[in-house]
Amino acid sequence: MNYYITYFIAAIGLFSFSAFFALFGVYAERKISAFIQDRLGPTETGKYGSLQTLADILKMLQKELIIPAAADKWLFMLAPAVIFIAVYLGFAALPWAPGLIPSKTNIGLYYIFAIISIETLGILMAGWGSNNKYSILGAMRSAAQIISYEIPAGFAIISVVMIAQTLDLQVISAQQGILATEKIKFAGFWDVSQIGGLFSWNVFRAPHLLIAFVIYFIASLAESNRAPFDIPEAESELVAGFHTEFTGIRFALVFLAEYSMMFLVSMIAVILFLGAWNTPLPNIGSVKLATWTTGVAWGILWVVIKTLGLVGVQMWIRWTLPRLRVDQLMNLCWKVLTPLAFGCMLISGVWRLWLM
Amino acid sequence: MVQKVIKAFTTAWKGLSLTIRHLFAGNGKREIVTVSDSNYFKQLEHGTNTIQYPKQQLPVPEVGRYQLDVEMDDCIVCDLCAKVCPVNCIDIESIKATEAIGQTSDGTTKRLYAAKFDIDMAKCMYCGLCTIVCPTECITMTNQYDKTVFQLSDLVYQFSDMSPEDAAEKRALFDKQQAEKQAAKLAAMKQKEGGA
Repeated sequence: MNYYITYFIAAIGLFSFSAFFALFGVYAERKISAFIQDRLGPTETGKYGSLQTLADILKMLQKELIIPAAADKWLFMLAPAVIFIAVYLGFAALPWAPGLIPSKTNIGLYYIFAIISIETLGILMAGWGSNNKYSILGAMRSAAQIISYEIPAGFAIISVVMIAQTLDLQVISAQQGILATEKIKFAGFWDVSQIGGLFSWNVFRAPHLLIAFVIYFIASLAESNRAPFDIPEAESELVAGFHTEFTGIRFALVFLAEYSMMFLVSMIAVILFLGAWNTPLPNIGSVKLATWTTGVAWGILWVVIKTLGLVGVQMWIRWTLPRLRVDQLMNLCWKVLTPLAFGCMLISGVWRLWLM
Repeated sequence: MVQKVIKAFTTAWKGLSLTIRHLFAGNGKREIVTVSDSNYFKQLEHGTNTIQYPKQQLPVPEVGRYQLDVEMDDCIVCDLCAKVCPVNCIDIESIKATEAIGQTSDGTTKRLYAAKFDIDMAKCMYCGLCTIVCPTECITMTNQYDKTVFQLSDLVYQFSDMSPEDAAEKRALFDKQQAEKQAAKLAAMKQKEGGA
């Protein structure tokens, strides 16, 4: 019985975290975009407009839930829930600190990769159910894009898995710091098992993983439908793509899913490439910085800081680069990223055999 | 192919470095200078470009085509503005006075009461013709441009300073005078006929 209470608390905690993060994320995005464009963003509601998103969500909760007359009612109503739940379930297998993980499964990475693909289904349901040409175009683009970009993302992840030799995210995390049970070498020659810090992160353990990281990051932008890969939304040509017809809380759910997805893919990137909950500070002789800054609270802090940094980069990219055309997008995916990711996987195999 | 990738990354980085510069460029309050200022475009290069409107306002030229205003004491109710108005937004109803009722500030004698002097600012097209034809320059365009109302009818500005009772009284007086004149005329004609 007690187990179940713990499960419920974990689930509710994750949900409230993703809701809070979505509110924070929208606010941060509005502020960042404003400063990039020399504007001020929200300023009126609360200090520096910090209560603006809270006011927005309260407004959305009150709004009428309109279902278009010719829409496919069930698909239309279920779509936002499917979109959000797919992303939300992905959070279950993400480690936050040493020993702190909602669901410690030995195939965590595989599970996450599988479960967030279901989001495509939700987007297709939304687009098809809306019975609207803009929406169906957006949904089709989204499906094409996500399915294509899962390939380079998958191979970039596999190149990490080959180095780590496990699909358990907690084990992958533990390998990248002073808590590792095996020998860690910086760039394949310098033993940093006792030094830790950022030298033992995956991107530095095997430098070709830096390329894999960039590939994964670009692919993750496409997976979360963010600019420059936001053709599913394409507000300038498709109104709002697959969520054109949604109102009120359903629209809010779609947005909640988008921001949760941003956090999720960034956190996967952090766990696989940037040392997960490990500290960036190395042990230098008797100054045991890494040992001092390793623990549950520290772990949560490091994961959140790194992830928010990546989310910030995602926003920065969104407000800089123009949207890609659909053919450019497919070109990039199939002709550049996929071969590169294959190359990374090959190097990973050789690296594992000869240098570890 | 490799060249393309490198080029893509360098150009993307160029853009990203530009935006990150703006992100941390500081967002101090915009200093308010007029458009005619030689510094006007220079000061847009640092800080925010947002003018926080009700708190900050760009100075506007004093003479411009904004809201209409009528100085009723100077109005001789000549109806020229209503006649010249291309969109018929001025609605004037005049009552003839029984005698001269004073002078405007430029010395023109006033012989008419304005029972009604309405300007419908919702219809006004801000051409300024009424201010040009006005002989006593009582109708002018002020530099007030910010006007929001909750009722469309509030955009009909009523400049007449007469109450309806007042207007009715003046009308009665004028009618009485006319009747008296008529009577006098008739009497005079009768006299003529009688005398002939």
